Amino acid sequence: MVEHADIRVVHRGGSKINFRAPVISDDSRLLLCASGECVKVYSTSTEECVHHLRAHTDVVTGVVLRPSNHLQVYSCSMDGTIRLWDFTDAILIKMFHLVAVHLQQSTEQLVEARELSVVISHVSSNPAAIAFGRAGEYLASTKGLQLEVFFLKKQKSNRFSLKEENKKGRKNTFSCVTCHPTDDCIATGHEDGQIRLWRNFSHKKEYTYSTLHWHHTTVGSLCFTPEGTNLLSGGVESVLVQWRYNQDTQRDFLPRLGAAITHVTVSPDGTLFTTTHSDNKITIIRSGAKVSAVIQGLVKGESIETDLLIDPRSKALVMNGKPGHLQFYSLQRDKLMYNLDIVQQEYIYQSDLQQFEVVKAAFNSSGNWLATVEREQKDAELELNLKLWAFDDQTQSFVLNTTISAPHENRITALCFSPATDSQTTTVLVSSSKDGHFKAWQLAAHTEDEGPCWSCDFVGAYHGLVPSCCCFSADGSLLAVSFQEVVTVWSSASWELLTTLSQPPGDIRDLCFGQLSCSKYLLGTSTSNLLLCWNLLTCSLEWSTSMDISLLLADPLSENMAAFSSFSSLLSVFVFKPSEPRPIFSQKAVCSGKVMRAVFAPREEMLESCEESSQWLNRCQLYFLSQHMVNSSAAGSAQPNALIGSHQSLVAMTPFHLLLGKRPSLLQTPAHVLPSTSYLCSMFVRSLLISVTDNRSVTQYSYSTNTHSSAFTGFILHGSQNCPFVVNLFSGAERCLRKL
Amino acid sequence: MASFKPTKIHVYPKLGEKVTQDTLYWKNYKAPIQIKQFGAVSNVAFSPVAPYNFAVTAFTRIHIYGPFSQEPIKSFTRFKDTAYSGRFRSDGQLLVAGCEDSVVRLFDVGGKTALRMFKGHTKAVHLTDFTSDRYQIVTGSDDYSCRLWDIPNATELNTYREHTDYIRCGVTSKLNRDLFITGSYDHTVKLFDVRTDKSVMTMDHEQPVESLLLYPSEGLLVSAGGRFVKVWDLLKQGQPLVSLRNHHKTVTCLCLSKNGERLLSASLDRHVKVYNTTNYKVVHNFDYPASILSLALAPYDESIVVGMTNSVLSIKHKKSPSESKDSTSQQRRRPSYRMFVKGKNYIPKQDDFLVGKQVKEHLAKHDKQLKKFNVSKALDTALESWTRRRKPEVTVAVIKELNRRGTLKNALAGRDEQELSRILNFLIGNLVDARFTLVLVTPAEMILDIYRSIIGQSPVIDRQLLRLHELLERELDYQRELLEVLGMLDTLFASSLPRNAVECSGISGLVLRFVEREQCSETEIYQ
Repeated sequence: MVEHADIRVVHRGGSKINFRAPVISDDSRLLLCASGECVKVYSTSTEECVHHLRAHTDVVTGVVLRPSNHLQVYSCSMDGTIRLWDFTDAILIKMFHLVAVHLQQSTEQLVEARELSVVISHVSSNPAAIAFGRAGEYLASTKGLQLEVFFLKKQKSNRFSLKEENKKGRKNTFSCVTCHPTDDCIATGHEDGQIRLWRNFSHKKEYTYSTLHWHHTTVGSLCFTPEGTNLLSGGVESVLVQWRYNQDTQRDFLPRLGAAITHVTVSPDGTLFTTTHSDNKITIIRSGAKVSAVIQGLVKGESIETDLLIDPRSKALVMNGKPGHLQFYSLQRDKLMYNLDIVQQEYIYQSDLQQFEVVKAAFNSSGNWLATVEREQKDAELELNLKLWAFDDQTQSFVLNTTISAPHENRITALCFSPATDSQTTTVLVSSSKDGHFKAWQLAAHTEDEGPCWSCDFVGAYHGLVPSCCCFSADGSLLAVSFQEVVTVWSSASWELLTTLSQPPGDIRDLCFGQLSCSKYLLGTSTSNLLLCWNLLTCSLEWSTSMDISLLLADPLSENMAAFSSFSSLLSVFVFKPSEPRPIFSQKAVCSGKVMRAVFAPREEMLESCEESSQWLNRCQLYFLSQHMVNSSAAGSAQPNALIGSHQSLVAMTPFHLLLGKRPSLLQTPAHVLPSTSYLCSMFVRSLLISVTDNRSVTQYSYSTNTHSSAFTGFILHGSQNCPFVVNLFSGAERCLRKL
Repeated sequence: MASFKPTKIHVYPKLGEKVTQDTLYWKNYKAPIQIKQFGAVSNVAFSPVAPYNFAVTAFTRIHIYGPFSQEPIKSFTRFKDTAYSGRFRSDGQLLVAGCEDSVVRLFDVGGKTALRMFKGHTKAVHLTDFTSDRYQIVTGSDDYSCRLWDIPNATELNTYREHTDYIRCGVTSKLNRDLFITGSYDHTVKLFDVRTDKSVMTMDHEQPVESLLLYPSEGLLVSAGGRFVKVWDLLKQGQPLVSLRNHHKTVTCLCLSKNGERLLSASLDRHVKVYNTTNYKVVHNFDYPASILSLALAPYDESIVVGMTNSVLSIKHKKSPSESKDSTSQQRRRPSYRMFVKGKNYIPKQDDFLVGKQVKEHLAKHDKQLKKFNVSKALDTALESWTRRRKPEVTVAVIKELNRRGTLKNALAGRDEQELSRILNFLIGNLVDARFTLVLVTPAEMILDIYRSIIGQSPVIDRQLLRLHELLERELDYQRELLEVLGMLDTLFASSLPRNAVECSGISGLVLRFVEREQCSETEIYQ
């Protein structure tokens, strides 16, 4: 059989690890956390990912240890299943399907007697808002301004409401809840930063609460240590506060943990604390209040303003991550390598505070120099800094060389280095700004004792128009700067305006030169949905096509260019050579949503492939960052910014592949090359059967979410073995599965 | 747990001259010793032999000073009129001097009366020098002639009448006894060869020549006249190499430093400029209180002697190595080295259990307060008088950091009169500094906003606000004028790219905006 090359889009990582609170194994050696469609098992001492528990087909929404066997773990997912795993060996033991439960919209609490019972009907979708009390005797749930405690033995519930706003105009809304492991005490966190400790709540009237106050905004998470001696709390201040139980004045702080704390958990033996942060990070803290390990995923800021870059030296993906930092992310290992502190300022954790953001970054072709632009927008004042970093071989990191404050008077729209053809020629950095100028910066030996630093070499403008993007030709001799509708071509040696190219109407949006043999072509896209290709030898338009291109980029290692087109909200990719009118590869409906950023990442070793349609992927892989919603169900588990990579898989052409992968092609294939019909038939039927069950489970799940709100997206399993609630739930699920 | 990142203090480019090796070298002289002479000091010449005495020609006297004494060790006073050009012979035994009365006198350094008197010139003799064989004298006079005299016989050997104006300077070759060069007010420099009886080379300086200097290799000749210093290549038939125009008045004297690497020129514009002799760039500059007539450098640059028109002789001696070190050792005595390495060089034994100690990070005072979020205290520490005066950039950085945190208003509010006047003082001192304007406008606006209601209650604050107002109005006028000048320049340079017209407009716009607000609140004060 011939080897067949197939191009498909795969999710390459960068998924959230801070979606739900992690779980620590009983021996405190492993940490489990939900990450996208799988559960990741990390070592708490080495920070390495030990196993991936992969089987779920949708986002995993909760992980919990099995109380009866400390080597097994349950996980639940948006695909409507709960799975039981042996996490030390990454083996799937059991799978349960959740089924739809028809709820009558009435206040009665028991729907199906004995097996499945609804105890609290009005629950928050946040898993932190539900907690089991001491030895599973009661269940506390908060929503809005109401705390509801359900006593499982007495089958009755008490409700406590707070006033909407207290005297000082603070918000009393509940944000999280936790219960003391040995005492009858419920701790609740509130949006004004207060923590209330509720006692005597078995009585409807005589309940009491005391208040702890340190946080200045919402308490993000609360947790009692297993013995109940300490209460841990964290919030947006990124300070872990440790309160002594019953000694309200005493508290310890662990400040500057890096980002807002979303979850706090304690290991079963109480030796480890973990804090999960909003920047996709899990910090493991020994009980001596020392950070012992940090598990860091890909940081997804609100917007990827720096674009995706490839560090030419380490081949790492570079983009802005934590506020004021650039992150270097290894694509091969799906691991954050390090963060480079660009702004070098103390980060103040406060909402509605304008921070310095890294908005542009560029590497030169050898990776020796990194240029970054940081911006602070405060009211009308704009503060810009252009920083140039030199790679230091000794420390293997970037060292600040030059800071240029206020390089332009307005926002910088583009930043690029000239490609160095040999080591002698000095690299030139070009920045273009909305103030109507573009500036060339050059490395100049300033004084004997200080070493070389960067200074402005040339300021260019064209009829007062605003430059939008700039680009150097492959040999570095030409600089193309687009000024609205006009593309100007400058000589980088003498800074003379050589020629102007224009194709109205529509402003130029993207601009890039062809590579290698196509270096005489200059390509651009315009806002009037045109893809334009100019020939620089004749200074005329070679070809143009009408197409809504959202992103255009050139492969640095070949002549190929990739264009992303978002036609009718479905994304298509085209790969073409500027010299040939026919695209090499095109795929429609790669994913839904808009592609924000993309980059060609060179492969470590070149692939040998003869298939014409996939040759463009021999040298490099195309990565793109999409802004699509994975699931639009009521649970609100949207997964923005999933990092998706396209890669090529080599699959042997087996009949199985023929059947499952390309079912329509069965009809076109000549009969003499196919296996016997009886063999094929059973497989064909079986494949159809699988797909049917798949569909069923999904529909059931969506139905259940509709009726049952989202109580199961984050379910809680209590430590006591004979907890009737959970057992009922599972038995019901299994029974339904049997009915299927 | 990340450590606290201290406030970033912006490093502003230092204004003024850059410190180079040359600056350090030429600054390494003591304060000048000033000796009053009887008249303008027309010539200073060093003896070529130790202890390097120097002869100072001023009015009718020639004084010889030792290297350290401030009193002359010898004086020659037997001149009937103004003496000129007292120079030592290469063995330091004889001294020759011209005179206004046209007689050239030769003295023994030890004696008092003239050994020889050479009579023959008809007008004042400004140039006298020994040839390198030590037995002849070259003189040049205002009668347009230069003559060669024999010392033993006291006879005139030859007369050269090629110049057409006063001869005021000249130099003899140290390597060849037959060559000498004269410079004249007829704008020419002539090289004479005794063997040919006439000049062999003529160079046109284009200005009356005031001083001549030969390089030690004698391949290059330097001439000074008018505002120009010109360098000639003698080996290429007197081809001009460089023309330097760094003075704005007549250059009167030239001199070379010890190894010929630096050339010094003194001028009537009261400056001495030091040139690098490889690229002829000015590397250092000395200022003197009066027009300089004469300049000499002791061998090994041990001292710089300058004679001025106000009849003051200024002598600068080089600092001895111990003295130059003194300035640094006078600083506070630091704890000894032993104190710092105490216990650090202990090598742990095999069974020892090492207990790590956390290194305590050092934070500046204001950073300690910022770490604790004590914003008012942070501003207070940054406004301490030493920081405020010596390092305003620290104060500005703290204000900027507070502004970034959004707590500047809190830090400024709730001040009493004394504290507020301290802040206002700082603003008055630094608001118009172009480096700080952008940052300081914000707190100034905030103070006006916060304390608007109490204006009129304290005379101190009101006075300071009025001063601030005055200062800003003046600054505004400057900016307007500058913009006008800029506009004029722009029209002049209309053809070239408008590169230099970027910086000012931003700041002035800001100041304008601020002053408008300021004026609003000022009207309230007046009301």
